[in-house]
Amino acid sequence: MTALDFWTYGVVGATFLLYIGIAIWARASTTGEFYVAGKGVHPVANGMATAADWMSAASFISMAGLIAFNGYGASVFLMGWTGGYVLLALLLAPYLRKFGKFTVPEFIGDRYYSQAARIVAVICLILASITYVIGQMKGIGVAFSRFLETSYEMGLYIGMGIVFIYAVLGGMKGITYTQIAQYCVLILAYTIPAIFISLALTGIPIPQIGLGGNYAPGGGEISLLAKLDQVVTELGFKQYTTQVMGSTLNMFAYTLSLMIGTAGLPHVIIRFFTVPKVKDARYSAGWALVFIALLYTTAPAVGAMARLNFTDTLMVQQTETTEQGLAAFEPQPYDELPPWFKNWEKTGLLAWQDLNDDGLVQYYNDTNEATVAEAEALGYAGSEVFHRSGDALNPGPDRDIMVLANPEIAQLPNWVIALVVAGGLAAALSTAAGLLLAISSAISHDLLKGVFAKGISEKNELMAGRIAMAGAIVVAGFLGLNPPGFAAGTVAIAFGLAASSIFPALMMGIFYKKMNNVGAVAGMLAGITVTLLYVFQHKGIFFIPGTAFLAPELGMGPDWFFGISPNAFGAVGAIVNFVVAFVVAKLTAPPPEHIQHLVEDVRVPRGSGEATSH
Amino acid sequence: MTPEKRSAYWKANLWLLTILLIIWFVVSYGLGILLVEPLNNFSLGGYPLGFWFAQQGSIYIFLALIFVYAWQMNRLDKKFDVDET
Repeated sequence: MTALDFWTYGVVGATFLLYIGIAIWARASTTGEFYVAGKGVHPVANGMATAADWMSAASFISMAGLIAFNGYGASVFLMGWTGGYVLLALLLAPYLRKFGKFTVPEFIGDRYYSQAARIVAVICLILASITYVIGQMKGIGVAFSRFLETSYEMGLYIGMGIVFIYAVLGGMKGITYTQIAQYCVLILAYTIPAIFISLALTGIPIPQIGLGGNYAPGGGEISLLAKLDQVVTELGFKQYTTQVMGSTLNMFAYTLSLMIGTAGLPHVIIRFFTVPKVKDARYSAGWALVFIALLYTTAPAVGAMARLNFTDTLMVQQTETTEQGLAAFEPQPYDELPPWFKNWEKTGLLAWQDLNDDGLVQYYNDTNEATVAEAEALGYAGSEVFHRSGDALNPGPDRDIMVLANPEIAQLPNWVIALVVAGGLAAALSTAAGLLLAISSAISHDLLKGVFAKGISEKNELMAGRIAMAGAIVVAGFLGLNPPGFAAGTVAIAFGLAASSIFPALMMGIFYKKMNNVGAVAGMLAGITVTLLYVFQHKGIFFIPGTAFLAPELGMGPDWFFGISPNAFGAVGAIVNFVVAFVVAKLTAPPPEHIQHLVEDVRVPRGSGEATSH
Repeated sequence: MTPEKRSAYWKANLWLLTILLIIWFVVSYGLGILLVEPLNNFSLGGYPLGFWFAQQGSIYIFLALIFVYAWQMNRLDKKFDVDET
């Protein structure tokens, strides 16, 4: 066992023991504790738990890589996944807390006096949450197999076992307190390497400021961003600080979809049911964003600095040369590269193929015509850095390497690398648990108690909740072991569904007193239909390859509606939902008097303490 | 609570929401996306300004918006005597 293995097993094992310890301490004994942690969570604690709930394996592992390779274009993720909290805090959280029930479909069912509306909401919730949870399960399996050298399946079983213990036993109460611990682990794991790297590159310990600082290794005369812009453009890539994702309109729609989708994701919304008062729900959303912003404002620094470090290691820029462009960079011999390159080659996230048989690693953009001409003059036969998926070689490194290999690239000690593994697992586990709770409460509370077995006792409902949770874990694990073909397109679906169905229904339920049952159901169905059709027609029906009748997946599709990518289409779906719901509501009977009173009551904080949870 | 008072409270709430959401829109979609190119001619702490709004500034302002909202709503609740006991 190497020193790194020792650290990794030690740190991961210690965090797992902590999670289990918390689970035993915070067992749920009532349905109130199981669904909403007894509504007794302090707003700051809830904010921290929300942050862990929200930040998934994707935020922790993939986002910095997305930023590294998309530069300014990746701002859609940064703004979209944080700006949604403003909508949540201002438009939904306080009112839903005042309503004082256990689940999101329950609000929709009561507000629209319709079992149909409740069932449609349950279906949307389960679809969005299941697709999301598959990604977390995969993240857990991958983290285990890569760092602890177990098989992917074994990693998945261990992850399922841990979630099973604390989610089934503790329900929302256990999940909340483990999420707080998981937040602490993941934020330390994210910021410590970032601080070291920022210090090394700029001499500034705060990454948020360091990203604006001067590039220290080059003598400190040029800013880090200007240096990065210069390096990547000379290698033929797009300029880092200005490259856009698609078009300006696409960036606009993408950001809007992610914001609305964030505000409509049920596992995030139900976290605001756990605080004691309406006032706490408002502040708690702010605290959630504080804890999220710690990671989200660090990520741009991690992305930019990792990109510069990575590029700089492979292609060393010559200082005393009059050459311009590619010729000013010297590719390094493969045999003399630092050990991390070969370590990560084993995982397939990096690969090297010596196309021109010179033993050197050339890395540049070989789809840029001008750069290819320069490369040919230098005797290069193409960029030689790849990553593997299965047996296929794909151009460039896998973007996840920007976080995973970052501590090694920056030559940080073993305990930091171990911490990154524990952080990735904490991010995946905390999000998986939150999603599983949303799914199990929709089944046991909305479907079972709400529709099929209205007279069920609290004790039996609690048992049903635990069984539903266990069932959801098994289903999620099964899908993690046998990911369906659509796993890759799931982000579009989860956010698209939340944005086009749940968010508009909730918002109109609060802000438009005259919205009725028919309008809401018609709006939700229209929103989902439009979004799903658009995603399916571009990505394949249920993501089955070859069934996409408007093809290109990558780059700018010529058939895209005003150049809006399928992932960004939730915003359009939401607008369709609003319009259809409004028109249908105008043409049909207004909601009954007692519903309009319910809406008025939800708008006023007083009385939330007495709200019964039946 | 009289219907008039209820409606005045709700109007004050909507007014606050409108102002905050305009700021929310302007910093992200306006300064971070639509006006990013002209703003990049200026710089802030070493960042091109438009890029800074898109990757840092908008997030800080979102945070401020939520806390201002919570603080102002608590004041409104007290003023209209609808706060929780």
